[in-house]
Amino acid sequence: MPPDLRYSREHEWARVEKGRVRVGITRYAADRLTDVVYVELPAPGTRVSFMQPFGVVESVKAASDLYAPVSGTVVEVNAALRERPELVNADPYGEGWMIVVVPDDPGELDRLLSADDYARLVGEEG
Amino acid sequence: MSARDPRRDMPLIFELSTPGRLGCALPDPDVPVRPVAERVPAHLLRETPPALPEVSELDVVRHYTRLSHRNFSIDEGMYPLGSCTMKYNPKIHEDLARLPGFCRVHPYTPPEHVQGALRLMWELERLLAEISGMDRVTFHPAAGAHGELVGMLMIRAYFRSRGEARTRVIVPDSAHGTNPATAAMCGYQVVTVRSDARGNLDVGALRDAMDESVAALMLTNPNTLGLFEERILEIAEVVHSRGGQMYLDGANFNAMLGVTRPGDQGFDVMHMNLHKTFSTPHGGGGPGAGAVGVKAHLVPFLPVPTVERRGDGFVLDEDRPQSVGRVRAFYGNFANLVRAYAYIRSLGAAGLRQVAETAVLNANYLAARLREHFDVPYPRRCMHEFVLSGARQKRLYGVATRDMAKRILDYGFHAPTVYFPLIVEEAIMIEPTETESKRTLDEFAEALIAVAREARDTPDVVRTAPHTTPVRRLDEVRAARQPDLRWRPRRDEPVPGAGRDRP
Repeated sequence: MPPDLRYSREHEWARVEKGRVRVGITRYAADRLTDVVYVELPAPGTRVSFMQPFGVVESVKAASDLYAPVSGTVVEVNAALRERPELVNADPYGEGWMIVVVPDDPGELDRLLSADDYARLVGEEG
Repeated sequence: MSARDPRRDMPLIFELSTPGRLGCALPDPDVPVRPVAERVPAHLLRETPPALPEVSELDVVRHYTRLSHRNFSIDEGMYPLGSCTMKYNPKIHEDLARLPGFCRVHPYTPPEHVQGALRLMWELERLLAEISGMDRVTFHPAAGAHGELVGMLMIRAYFRSRGEARTRVIVPDSAHGTNPATAAMCGYQVVTVRSDARGNLDVGALRDAMDESVAALMLTNPNTLGLFEERILEIAEVVHSRGGQMYLDGANFNAMLGVTRPGDQGFDVMHMNLHKTFSTPHGGGGPGAGAVGVKAHLVPFLPVPTVERRGDGFVLDEDRPQSVGRVRAFYGNFANLVRAYAYIRSLGAAGLRQVAETAVLNANYLAARLREHFDVPYPRRCMHEFVLSGARQKRLYGVATRDMAKRILDYGFHAPTVYFPLIVEEAIMIEPTETESKRTLDEFAEALIAVAREARDTPDVVRTAPHTTPVRRLDEVRAARQPDLRWRPRRDEPVPGAGRDRP
């Protein structure tokens, strides 16, 4: 679990990149979902709100909402997931990223969990 | 010795086709024949005959008989399917539903000529109202999820009639997936409320979420963990105090029959799956019957028509200005109503209570036999079903719940529901139903215990199961992404029947 990311209780990660925030789901979430077969993502320009659903990830086992770890505007969407949703399982912190958001208030990220806190949360759930 | 293994390898009926082979020879017509081209506009006529299989009667009989052997049915073995009662349905109810007076009724027959059918609906409505504690019941919805939709439409119509614009519906995190889908289809924003450590709806979280913008709480009781909502009266009080409505998903009504009534627990609307609880075949896609019961304040919004008693007879009442309208052609799946009526009348009040008591006893017996072999997320006395977890087997031996479910097939049982409810890791949900004997329950328990033992001692046997079914493990990912929904001949194969003149 990368130590430099922030994590939501709903198992999204957020990575700050030059004032933007890249968002995906954790390996723990990807493993629990099992094989991902479809990812529904918003169009660039869409506004997302802190911990409100911004998309849906579907696996052979379940469909789950994706929650925005920060409020802001979507500026990039991982188009590769349309053809290759399995990237979420293969590389959740890399090629399996989902959206990039320009945050309204970067301070909002302080409300997310650190890697240690997230590891503890997952440890309890597991 | 055949080139094919008939147990594993089965041709499609299209592949059995041989040009020119016929199932039956029809005599020449003894009335004047007009060519099809004179009766059907040219642009609607086919250029070539359809690619239908050409097979003999015996080919057809063998093909479908073999197919039926691959089916698993309640006549063959136990379905421990949580949440979807797959109980035995008395065969005599099939006879009753096929009585000519019932099965030959045409929906356009004038009501005065089908008084018996209308009387059955009228009486069944009173029986179900009494059993559920509701005031009126509609039979139009074709299944449970349709019943949810109709129920929520009535709640929406109720608030509109009062000039209230409520926007949210609360659904617990253990709910059936149809509940949030229904609320969303009715235009409501869905708010999820978590379960507490005992598997109940968290009343504190409900209080926090509840305000005057909430139209309804959609609750399943007993819930999908097989647990009775211990604080149901308090929950109803919280919802009603802010003017909200209580909707009961009645999928688990089996556990309450004759013991407690949803109407007395504070519910305003509920659907009853007649095709589970009240003796109609369930599974395989219908036909269903999702009767919906409502309290008096919602009666004006019932779908039309309703069956009413006028003098000595029965009429269909279409004149209901506040109705949500017509939700299905005609009156629902009438034959299911006949079966439900027969079920209730043949069991009587005491028999219905015994259904619930035996269902709960059977589930608790199985839970007690299995609890040391699996993790038990909510170690409470259960109702008609219970949820185990395969987390231990996954962690220690790398054997997932899915593997164990596949392995159960080799022991001759249908697999239980797995990975639901979503709040339990590696969930295994078991509902034995009241119609299984102790002997069958013991056989099933021993099979599951054997699988748990195999997970520890010979995990590969479980991970590669099933070993005895016609097909082994299908590619779930490919099935989801590239569904193969229609047969078509390979490009290099001739289409059966093609090239012949149109008959």
